[in-house]
Amino acid sequence: MKSKKAEHSSSCETCPAHHAGNLIRMGIKMDNFDYVVALAGNPNTGKSTVFNALTGLRQHTGNWPGKTVTRAEGGFQYGDNRYKIVDLPGTYSLLSTSTDEEVARNFILFGRPDVTVIVVDASRLERNLNLALQVLEITDRAVLCLNLVDEASRHHISVDERLLAKELGIPVVPTSARKGEGIPDLLKAISEVASGQTMCKPYRIRSESSQLNKALNQVVAKIEEGFPKLPNPRWVALRIMEGDQRIIEALRDGELENLDRVDNNENAMAAM
Amino acid sequence: MDEEGQKNVEEVLDSANSLRWEVGGNLHEALMESIYGDASRIADRVVTREGEKTRFDWERNLDRLLTSRWTGFPVMLVILAVVFWLTIAGANVPSAMLATLLVDMGHPFLKGLVGSINMPWWLDGLLIDGVYLSVAWVISVMLPPMAIFFPLFTLLEDFGYLPRVAFNLDNMFRKAGAHGKQALSMSMGFGCNAAGVIATRVIDSPRERLIAIITNNFALCNGRWPTQILIASLFIGALVPSAIAGLVSAAAVVGITLIGVFLTFATSWALSRTVLRGEASTFSLELPPYRPPRIMRTLYTSLIDRTLLVLWRAIIFAVPAGAAIWLLSNVTVGDLSLAEHLIEWMNPFALVLGLNGVILLAYIIAIPANEIVIPTILMLTVLSAKMAGMGEGTGVMFELTDDDSYMNVFKAGGWTLLTAVNLMLFSLIHNPCSTTIYTIYKETGSVKWTAIASLLPVFMGLVICFFVAQFWYLLVG
Repeated sequence: MKSKKAEHSSSCETCPAHHAGNLIRMGIKMDNFDYVVALAGNPNTGKSTVFNALTGLRQHTGNWPGKTVTRAEGGFQYGDNRYKIVDLPGTYSLLSTSTDEEVARNFILFGRPDVTVIVVDASRLERNLNLALQVLEITDRAVLCLNLVDEASRHHISVDERLLAKELGIPVVPTSARKGEGIPDLLKAISEVASGQTMCKPYRIRSESSQLNKALNQVVAKIEEGFPKLPNPRWVALRIMEGDQRIIEALRDGELENLDRVDNNENAMAAM
Repeated sequence: MDEEGQKNVEEVLDSANSLRWEVGGNLHEALMESIYGDASRIADRVVTREGEKTRFDWERNLDRLLTSRWTGFPVMLVILAVVFWLTIAGANVPSAMLATLLVDMGHPFLKGLVGSINMPWWLDGLLIDGVYLSVAWVISVMLPPMAIFFPLFTLLEDFGYLPRVAFNLDNMFRKAGAHGKQALSMSMGFGCNAAGVIATRVIDSPRERLIAIITNNFALCNGRWPTQILIASLFIGALVPSAIAGLVSAAAVVGITLIGVFLTFATSWALSRTVLRGEASTFSLELPPYRPPRIMRTLYTSLIDRTLLVLWRAIIFAVPAGAAIWLLSNVTVGDLSLAEHLIEWMNPFALVLGLNGVILLAYIIAIPANEIVIPTILMLTVLSAKMAGMGEGTGVMFELTDDDSYMNVFKAGGWTLLTAVNLMLFSLIHNPCSTTIYTIYKETGSVKWTAIASLLPVFMGLVICFFVAQFWYLLVG
C-alpha cells in the first residue's frame, strides 16, 4: 500500500496543479504551530478521514455515528506554516444539549481556532447545513469541506459549490477524502483563510420571527454598546436569551471579552 | 473586569431576561425553525438531483433485508456465525504453528540454553516453565483469532452493518432499560471484553454506559471460545453418534452464547430496576450509507489499534500468572505442593457446585487471561491425580494433541458430564479477566463499579452452577 502511494506521488509531482507536495504530515508532532484548525461536522461525514489525510495519522475511522469519542489532535505543515488540527466530536447541532455538542461548541468559541473546517456530506447537504450555519454564527473564519462528492455523484446528486460558497460567504471545497481527492484544494483554502488572504463574510441566520428579531436586536444593541469588540454579538445575544449558563458565566468573568483581545493580538502579529 | 464592565454585563443580562419572557417559551423552537428554514432554502438552490426514482434503490432493498422484523435477526445470526466460524476455523492452523514454534521448539531450546549456563533450578523453572510458557500460550492461542476477528469486525463496521445491528437490537435493549448502542459494545465483547468495555464510550448516558460495562462480560470472548469448543466436543459431542457429533457440539456452543445474550438482557433489566434505575434514553441513530470497506486500511488499523493493544495487555498480565502457577505447584508444604493443598481444600465446596478444586484453582490463578485456563487445568489435574508420563513436569502448562489423551486426563481427574456442563457455564459466567477489570477501572474511574462488574458475574456463576448441580444430583443421582 505504501509503495503504491509513493508511485502515485512521484508521477504527480511534476504536475503544476499538484499542491500536496507542500504538505508535510507531522502526525502527533504539533509544537510551535502557527495556526489552529478545528474540524467540525455531523457524525459520519468523514471528518476523521479528512483528519487522517491531513495529519498522516491513523485515527480509526468507522462507518457509524459517534466514532470520535475523544478529541483527537494532530499536526501538519503546509507551505511555510505549521498547523495544529483538532478533530471535534461529530454533532448535529451546537446547542449544547449533550457533552459532545458542548465540547465542540466550546472549542470553536473559546479555543478560537484560526480556521474551522466544516465537513459536510454532499449527499445530505440540507441536514448538514444546519450545523454549518450554527458554526458560522460563532466564527467568521471557516471553510466548508464538501466531502463524499464521489458518493453523491453515484447517487446522481450534484452540488453547485460556487453558488454554495457565495451563499455561505466562505470557501467551499469539494473533496472525497477517502480517495485523497480535493485535499490539496482544501489545504490551499485553509491556508488562505488562516493567513487572512481570504476574508469570509459568513452567512448569518435570517429568517427569525419578527418578534424574536425585535427582542434580539435590543439585546444585541446592549451588547454592542458594552462590548464593542465581540465578533459575534448576535450569537451571544441568542445564547443569553436561551439562558446558556456557560456563556453567561463567560460574559460575567470577562472570558468572552478577552477572547477578543487574544484574537486582536494574533491579527496584529499576522499583519506584521 | 472593571466596575463598568460588570455593570454592562448585568444590563445585558437583565434586558435578555425580561425579553425572554416577552418572546415566550418558543424561543428555542423559533431558532431551530429558522436554522432549518435557511438550511433548506440554501440546499434547494445548490443541490440538483437526477433520476430521483432509482436513487438509493439497492441500499433501500438491502436495508429492508437487514433490518426487517422477519429477516433482520436470522441474517444477523448467520453473519455473526460466519464471522465466528471463520475466526475459529481460520485460527486453528496459525495457532498450532505458533504453539509449535513457541512451545514445542522454543521451550526446549530455552531449557537447553539455561541448562548450559547452570542457572539454579528454581529460577529456571520460574522464568522458563512459568513465565515464558504462559506468555507463549497466550500469544499462540490469542493472537491468531484476534488477528482474524478484529479485521472482520472492522470490515463489517466500515461497510455500515453495525448500526443496523444496533437498530435491530435497540428495541430489546430498551425494554431491558438499557441503551440500544449496547448492541454494539456487546458485539465487540464477542471478540474481546476489554475492547467491548472501551466501545461503551459511544453511550452518552453514564447510567446506561455502566449497564453496558457490567454486562459486557456475558458476551463470550475469544479467550473462552477454545474452552467452550474443546469441552463441548469432548463431552457433549460424545453423547451422540459421531456423524452428528460436530453439529451437536457446535449447537452446544451456540446455546452457551445465547445464554450469555439472555443473561445480558436479564442483568440489564435487573440493574435498570434496582441500583441503576432510570428511563432508557432515546437516541437517533442515523443509518449510514453502505460504503465499500477499504481493506488494507482496515487491516492496518485493526491490527495496530486493537489486536496488538489487547495482546500486549494480556501478555503483561500473563507474566505474573505464569510465575504464580509455577510457584504454587512447586512450593511444597509437607508432602504436597501448595496447589495440591488448595485443590484439596476447595474440592468439597467445588463438588457442591458440580465443579472440582482443580477448575476453581485454575480460574483463580488464570484470572489474567482466560486463554490459559485449559492448559492450567490440564497441568493441575495431572499434578493432583499423580499421573505418570503426562505433561512436561511439575508446574509446566501443556496442551494435548488428540481428544483421547484429553479424555484420559479428564477421567483421571474424575470428570463427569456435569463437570463439563458446569465448566462451560462457569466459563461463560465468571469474573472478567484482569485485563478487562483494569479496563473497567480505567473507563469508570470507580473502585465500586469495578468491584460490582467483577464480582456480580462470579456470584451469578456460582449460584447457577450450584442449582444445576443440585438438580443434576436429584435427577441423575
